[in-house]
Amino acid sequence: MLIFEQSRNGRVNTAQQPAGTKAVSDIPAEFLRNDKPLLPEVSEMQAVRHYTRLSTKNFSIDTHFYPLGSCTMKYNPRGCNSLSMLPGFLNRHPDSPVNMSQGFLSCMYDLQEILKDVTGMKEVSLSPMAGAQGEFAGVAMIRAYHDAQNGGKGDPERTEILVPDAAHGTNPATATMCNFKVREIPTNSDGDVDIDALKQAVGPQTAGIMLTNPSTLGVFERKIKEIADIVHKAGGLLYYDGANLNAILGKVKPGDMGFDVIHMNLHKTFSTPHGGGGPGAGPVGVSERLIPYLPVPMVTKVSDEYQVITEKDNPNSIGRLSAFMGNAGVLLRAYIYARLLGRDGMQRVAEYATLNANYMMKKLEAAGFELAFPNRKATHEFIVTLKKQAKELNVNAMDFAKRLLDYGFHAPTTYFPLLVPECFLIEPTETEAQDALDGFIEAMIAIQKEAETDAEKVKGAPYTLPVRRLDDVKAAKELDLTWKQQQA
Amino acid sequence: MSNIPDELRYTKSHEWVRREEDGTLTVGITDHAQGLLGDLVFVETPEAEDTFSSGDDCAVIESVKAASDVYCPVDGEVIEGNEALADAPETINHDAYGDGWIFKLKPEDGGAFDELMGHEEYAEIVAEEDH
Repeated sequence: MLIFEQSRNGRVNTAQQPAGTKAVSDIPAEFLRNDKPLLPEVSEMQAVRHYTRLSTKNFSIDTHFYPLGSCTMKYNPRGCNSLSMLPGFLNRHPDSPVNMSQGFLSCMYDLQEILKDVTGMKEVSLSPMAGAQGEFAGVAMIRAYHDAQNGGKGDPERTEILVPDAAHGTNPATATMCNFKVREIPTNSDGDVDIDALKQAVGPQTAGIMLTNPSTLGVFERKIKEIADIVHKAGGLLYYDGANLNAILGKVKPGDMGFDVIHMNLHKTFSTPHGGGGPGAGPVGVSERLIPYLPVPMVTKVSDEYQVITEKDNPNSIGRLSAFMGNAGVLLRAYIYARLLGRDGMQRVAEYATLNANYMMKKLEAAGFELAFPNRKATHEFIVTLKKQAKELNVNAMDFAKRLLDYGFHAPTTYFPLLVPECFLIEPTETEAQDALDGFIEAMIAIQKEAETDAEKVKGAPYTLPVRRLDDVKAAKELDLTWKQQQA
Repeated sequence: MSNIPDELRYTKSHEWVRREEDGTLTVGITDHAQGLLGDLVFVETPEAEDTFSSGDDCAVIESVKAASDVYCPVDGEVIEGNEALADAPETINHDAYGDGWIFKLKPEDGGAFDELMGHEEYAEIVAEEDH
């Protein structure tokens, strides 16, 4: 039942009403509304029960194993959330003078330093407010760098950004937003970038390449040094998409691989729940040559005082991406998470994330499931292809995914990356115990048996959830989320 | 096994091309391609007088699984896009080689059609992908 349907005209819940009334007289008449807004009028308990009931219909990391690949939907320790909501942080106005914000600024400064250390980049700006904005900032800096070449006359021939075909869709979108043309680079059958095709594609028109390493195929890009040399030699820059940073956290540094610019998804890797639209944080880190272009504000330390770097200090900055310094709450959680883990804990994240993925991969392979890259070790995630099941049993990846829900597991990422047919991209993350991993593997084996003996059962799933199989086509074509008052 | 008509020509990127009697070309995506994409929910067709080179992306197809570009098979100028697909993208799922055509093209070079892949060669590509 929608909360609107519980509404009764004139029902009032006073719990959230401000104490006292104050007449507001300075709103211009044209902005005042004539009709009451169509908001539900319910009691406090109705509101509480409605949303509590909805929350129990959901799969979440608190209730279920949640192995969504290429997204790192991992557990976010409660402590990070509690500490970031200390009153001193929560009540600080973003316009507070610097001398009254030293505590907050010290956290931001230390976070910049920690991220520099983890990624091997020379300087970090925290200001991008999401991964996509981080990408935009990164490629805007590549553009700014080329525009400043030849004594400021620029390098107008550099119009192309190279993107491997395994990339996240955001990469070509970002390059296009920054007014570059996108040239796709194919992947070879082992999951590496096709070096010969790369050599063919680079030239004086190459502005840079956007790489995810490990890639979305769940394998480490083995020839990264060679790729870096080829692109750098052609005069292009290397962009690192931080989507899969969880796999290498503290173990290998993008700066050492030769990357010039990186964005990090703090809301994936550093303890903020993500999905559902944010808020996020997408800090960018750069090599020496891109430092002048970093977005502002940033935090610096002059003797014992933390200060804010603005456009005045960095005249070549690509500018501001938000009114303030990004999403302060998400940045604080990341800082606290990093401090709780420490240097050793950071490496442990990467080690357990990859160990768990490799364990599951081997077990599923032993159970007869086909791996997309059987000759490769998994990173923090790996791909199973169900094309044989689709062809021989007429049970596809979507059917397996839906049936997993009945077994109490959130489905992994399906049908991405696009290069692998009928694929499951599985990422267990570092926090799952062996029992949870085994449970998922047993469910996969059970579903395989069902597919062989009673395919219709799998194709009809799910049976145990509040809603049955959804109509994807109708949802994509005729999605209507507007509640309309019933006509009497 | 997917349907690959003998009389059409094909591209590696799974477009089919038919030469009409007046020398114009009709382009769509193959039965194999629509099968891979799954239920289509959105198609953006090119407009008349748009010109493309061979290999340019000239239309967009979106399914419940993925969005995909359609590439122009040869150099030429668009005569018309199939506007009926805007309201009924699923036509491509049901009738990829008929009402599911995507655009008609006036080729710059009449001989370009003959250089495209024949049905046997395309069938090999499909078989390899299925492998």
